[in-house]
This record gives sequence, structure tokens and C-alpha cells, in this order.
Amino acid sequence: MKFGILVNEGPYQHQAADTALNFTKAALQKGHEIERVFFYHDGVNNGTRLTTPPQDDRNIVKLWGELAKEHDLDLVVCVAAAQRRGIVDQDEAKRHGKNADNIADGFRISGLGQLIEMGIKSDRLMVFGD
Amino acid sequence: MLHTINKSPFEKNSLGTCLRLAKPGSDILLIEDGVYSVIKGSAMESKVREATKEHTVYALGPDLKARGIEENRLIEGVKVVGYDGFVELAADNDRVQSWL
Repeated sequence: MKFGILVNEGPYQHQAADTALNFTKAALQKGHEIERVFFYHDGVNNGTRLTTPPQDDRNIVKLWGELAKEHDLDLVVCVAAAQRRGIVDQDEAKRHGKNADNIADGFRISGLGQLIEMGIKSDRLMVFGD
Repeated sequence: MLHTINKSPFEKNSLGTCLRLAKPGSDILLIEDGVYSVIKGSAMESKVREATKEHTVYALGPDLKARGIEENRLIEGVKVVGYDGFVELAADNDRVQSWL
């Protein structure tokens, strides 16, 4: 079965990012497919590589990146939500005249069309958020 | 249909809204702070007890454990599942509604 995962909450806020990550892992372990993970609203904060939690705490951004690498997941950050919150890749940084980018490994920036497409292509759309 | 609720009933009324609208025979899964709903002796007890008669009510085990809620404190009839059970519920139901 194909799952689409929508994450609407940032990491370390309540628990939605952790739940989404754990659900995604469990689904993959059971042999399901993950069509895409889409990060929207404050969820885009899951995709900044500048995240630096204390050493004894989980690094949610890194955990997403590692899971994506292992299972070839498509992690998509909403461009408009990302710009508002200062999450940019190299292209976006250049376009807006910023002196740095901060998108994390394994993530890419794209538009809401990717959310709609995920909804259409998935058997189930799982929403995690605030 | 699977309904998930992730907020404490003492913070938000999403469980109340869900119970008002869910069709009989629904699966209702409490996750995150939602697990506070299924503890015996709280103001929510009668509502949740009533819900177990009409629906199947589940609570996510790891979230109970993270909050120090032991299973002997749960309202009778509430089933405990892990993340694998969460995935199974999502796959077995044709739709999933997240009450946020």
C-alpha cells in the first residue's frame, strides 16, 4: 500500500514530527511504500540542516535525512511556507539575494502541486500536525 | 474509517467533536497527548466508556509509556497498539481522519 505523509508541525514542538517519523519507519518495515513526505506550515522546520539539538537528544532533521537515504524517500518542503520561515536551498538563496542556504540533506524545495499529487497517488494520506 | 486524535481532551475538544461525528463502528486511535483521554477516573471517563460500546478505541502504547501511564489505569475495553498496529489500522480502514 502507498502512504502519503503530511507533516504540518515543526520538530521539538509537540510530538507530531516524531509520530510522523515513527509511523513512516513502521510502514516501511511492514513493506508499504511511502509515496512522499510533504512538509507544510511549521513542518518545513524539519528541513533545516542548522538544527543542533543537545548531543543526548534525537536529531529529527538528521533522522529524516537518514531514513530518506536508506529508503530513497522523497522529502518535499513547501516553498512558500519555507520562504516565510527562512528555509532556502542554493537556488532560492540566490534568487532572493541571501548569503547562505540551509536546506538539509535529503530534502528538496517544491510547491503545493507536490502535495496534491501525493494525495492523488497515495492509497492513504496521513496528516500529522498541530 | 480510522480517526486519530493527538490532543489532550483537557486542552482541545477534538475527541468530543470526533465522537459526535464518527459513524458507529469506527476505529478511534488516541496518540500523543490524546492518550490522556483513556485514563480511568478522569472527567472524560464516561464519554470514552460510551464510545467503546459503539466504536473500537485504541491508544498508542509508546505514547502511554512516554507519559508513565500503565495499562492497568486504562478504561476497560480500550486496546493498546504499537506503531505497527497504527500502520495496520491505517491500511485496514479505507480512510483516515486526523483530528488535530
